[in-house]
Amino acid sequence: MQKTSMSIAVVGSGGAGSITAGNLLLEAAARSGSYGILTRSVGPQIRGGEAAALIRLSSEPIDSICDSYDILLALDWKNADRFAAELPMGPHSLIITDPEQGAIPAVIGGSGAQVRELPIGKLAKSINKGRPNMIALGVLAEVLSIPRESIKAVLTKQLGDKGEQVLQSSMDTVTAGMTAAQDIAKQPLPKSNGSGSGHWLITGNQATGLGAVRAGVRFVAAYPITPATEVLEWLATALQKVGGKLVQAEDELASVNMIIGASYGGIPSLTATSGPGLSLMMEGLGLAVSAEVPIVVVDVMRVGPSTGIATKAEQSDLNIALYGLHGDAPHLVLAPVSITDCLFTAQWSVYLAEAMQVPAILLSDQYLGQAMAIIEPPEAVNFKAARSIAQHSDGEYLRYADTGNGISPMAIPGTPGQQYTADGLEHSMAGTPSTRAEDHALQMDKRQRKLDKFDYGDYWAEIEGAGAHAIITWGSTTGAVREALGRLRAEGIDDIRMVAMRLLSPAQPGKFRQTMAGVSKVLVIEQSHSGQFYKYLRAHYDLPGESELFHRAGPLLLRPGETADQIRHWRQA
Amino acid sequence: MSGGKQVNKSTPVINSMTELLAHALALEIEAVARYAELADIMAAHNNQEVAGLFKKMSQIEKLHVETIHEQIDSRQLKKLPVIKYQWISSEGPETTDLADLHYLMTPKQALHLALLNEQRARDYYQGIRQSTTDHDTQVLAEELAVEEEEHVALLQNWLAKIPVTEDHWDHDDDLPNSQD
Amino acid sequence: MNQIAETMSTTPRNPAEYRSRVQPIWCPGCGDYSVLLEITKALAALELPPEQVAIVSGIGCSSRFPAYSNCYGFHGIHGRALPLATGLKVARPELTVITTGGDGDGFSIGGNHFLHACRRNVDITYIVMDNQVYGMTKGQASPTTDPDWDSVLTPGGTGIRPFQPLVIALASGANFVARAFAGDPEGTTQIIIEGIKHPGFSFIQILSPCVTFRPEQREWRNQVRPAPVPTTGDPSVAAKRIMTDDGFNLGILYAGDRPSYQTGLKDGSMPASELGREFVL
Repeated sequence: MQKTSMSIAVVGSGGAGSITAGNLLLEAAARSGSYGILTRSVGPQIRGGEAAALIRLSSEPIDSICDSYDILLALDWKNADRFAAELPMGPHSLIITDPEQGAIPAVIGGSGAQVRELPIGKLAKSINKGRPNMIALGVLAEVLSIPRESIKAVLTKQLGDKGEQVLQSSMDTVTAGMTAAQDIAKQPLPKSNGSGSGHWLITGNQATGLGAVRAGVRFVAAYPITPATEVLEWLATALQKVGGKLVQAEDELASVNMIIGASYGGIPSLTATSGPGLSLMMEGLGLAVSAEVPIVVVDVMRVGPSTGIATKAEQSDLNIALYGLHGDAPHLVLAPVSITDCLFTAQWSVYLAEAMQVPAILLSDQYLGQAMAIIEPPEAVNFKAARSIAQHSDGEYLRYADTGNGISPMAIPGTPGQQYTADGLEHSMAGTPSTRAEDHALQMDKRQRKLDKFDYGDYWAEIEGAGAHAIITWGSTTGAVREALGRLRAEGIDDIRMVAMRLLSPAQPGKFRQTMAGVSKVLVIEQSHSGQFYKYLRAHYDLPGESELFHRAGPLLLRPGETADQIRHWRQA
Repeated sequence: MSGGKQVNKSTPVINSMTELLAHALALEIEAVARYAELADIMAAHNNQEVAGLFKKMSQIEKLHVETIHEQIDSRQLKKLPVIKYQWISSEGPETTDLADLHYLMTPKQALHLALLNEQRARDYYQGIRQSTTDHDTQVLAEELAVEEEEHVALLQNWLAKIPVTEDHWDHDDDLPNSQD
Repeated sequence: MNQIAETMSTTPRNPAEYRSRVQPIWCPGCGDYSVLLEITKALAALELPPEQVAIVSGIGCSSRFPAYSNCYGFHGIHGRALPLATGLKVARPELTVITTGGDGDGFSIGGNHFLHACRRNVDITYIVMDNQVYGMTKGQASPTTDPDWDSVLTPGGTGIRPFQPLVIALASGANFVARAFAGDPEGTTQIIIEGIKHPGFSFIQILSPCVTFRPEQREWRNQVRPAPVPTTGDPSVAAKRIMTDDGFNLGILYAGDRPSYQTGLKDGSMPASELGREFVL
């Protein structure tokens, strides 16, 4: 089978600039027509820590990380063993190392990879203001056959405003790296069609922000937390451009309540956080359910419990997103199935929340959120916030009227004659507090009916393939599953369908049953220690035939190869 | 139960009948509304007896409003100016302080509050009678003070017919309820 | 009311316009009834159309306030009234936003929001009906309760110093700091009017007796007095006064001129559809 992708790691510490080199390499490859994904792995230090840029470049769009690395370039080896588990390599791999930086750690060198020494530090010093990471960029460009012009274009964009001299010095350093690498065997990037023109370079967190703004979000409250901060930072600038406002809150309790307040005022509103912040927002989300105020809370999941591992992904906030609200509190839970899909799912989430006057939790994760990807331009969709608004009338206004579809027109403050009080207390149709059993029953039915009667179309899940076997997955593991199934198809195994759920709450058992017609065997794939998704499926759906679970906790992402092996094994069993 | 709001302001100086009647009207209107509100509060707390009494007081005060209107009409005072009222306490003299309620209060206690209101109104008019420099105003203030004194006497008679409030009138076997 | 009564009204709007038909559940004698009257009088005096006013609260006796008004209202969750109000005011600056609540809601569970609302200085009027007790949950010590006040939850008293809301508001940057007494309708109404009119974050502590759990507070009406000094715009003067008075001085104790937080949704020139361009190679 012809190789369609290559993976490169650049590691280094203490200001070595490995991430910068990786970013430049990714963008240069993008300008040569490649697709790709860059993830970062970093130590806990704010500055000076060890860092690795992990890049996968491909001739086709990809959603997943690689199986193993073709090239590892080390600017130094300080604490690099921390990344060993994330850097699978084998005899086919090439390690490029600077002998000045000492021996390769056994846990990395033991992979059997070939080693090539290059005096990266010395070469950098030979050039005025030369930096080792620019040598590394040159070396990798040479080995991967990335044209010098692509590197120059990227550097010009990055350094153009720092002056001709800085740019020239960097280019000289890159050139020195290219020259030094001339006798290393070339491993040209798999050839892709086209020049990359029109492709997008975007992170999932940016895509999430973009989807939200496209749907009409104009108020954002923000409390920083890794790995969600970039959603908020991107929105801060974006709202200045298109109009709107971002307020930095004092904590997550404030941010969720601020967006409820703004949305009560009629403005589509959103916040983004991660697990610890989501825990704090639960009471506010319940208020939004009771008072029927649409909001969207993006949870960029990281490894839990508690503070966990802030810089790594895990799909372990599913339970709290589904069940964390006290009382019966019908609400939406959604998850993007790829970096590209962060845009669509965020946009759809805002649309759904606004249409049903209900809070939506959007479960992204650290991988989807922080990975920088080269993608096909996302298809523009027309989902826009469109709330049912009560117009001025002289009759008695019943904010929580019992309507057929459960959705009751919402009065926006400022509208004469429609004044009401939104309440977290159970209430009558007029909104006044009530302890009556009949009011509780009526309002609970209404809240549930809004979600049950809504037409979600075909967007509830991504369904691919057909056959008697089905893989059910969600969120970021979809990428590995999709790629694994692609490989199995190439081997001639084409009796497996994939269902990647985008809409997790409310569950869609009817649509699921139709989708599962003819399936006799199910494998559930997820990234959590306790199998949260599997248990969710068992609770809400009838899984046909036998069902099995392939899962593991973070921080190590599922790789397509191991996923394919699991699927192959399960299918044959 | 303590009784009545603080009289903590100096006697107003009012030197025209128009202004005095404006005050007289305002204090009666405020009393009508306040008694009605007290009735609602007591009704919501299931003290129907006192609620009924406050409702009655509100109706009586409504009659007093009409009396003042008659006085205004008889003097052909058609338009009264928008003014800042001068009271001897934070509200009009015939207005019961909302703080003087208790959910178990007795009719006797409620009537006592009403008595204090009428006495305060009488004192208010007497103060004006003494402080005013305008003769017509002085005569009118005297008339109004006499009327309030009649109300005081009526309430005293009424009170005399009502049984005394027993000790432990505020006893409640149950503890307060927990809400939100 | 007939024509003559109308002409003599001190305000063109009637305070009753601002009351809903919902009957309060407050205990008879509770100071909050007076505050309800005072806020409606202030709104009438300011001639604000009820639909242009939003009253936002958390949880507690006094937080039941919004439903009793005929304005837009939001009865939210415990301690979070200020962020709720902040979001609303920032998104809809043309509305008059008033936050009501009690000492437990505002200074204990909502303490952090209180500090930051003062700092942020959004143009909101925050009215705290302070009765030094948790009433809704049957009489526990609140942050403003004296240390020796006995309760079932804290037998023998809390033993800890009461929270000083006015000086904390001042130190945190509130632009208007006042103390009022529920049983003084005239003075309190005027303070509320001034608080609403004053730009930035206005904090008004209203001593509001709890006749059920703190019956001794019925005596407050004999203890309060107008502050014997004029309003100052000098925070150091205000701080000294507030820190050395006995808690019964009423009036506007500080009125500053710090610029308010910039509210409103900034107008943008770029259509949202063009935002994606920054990602195109």
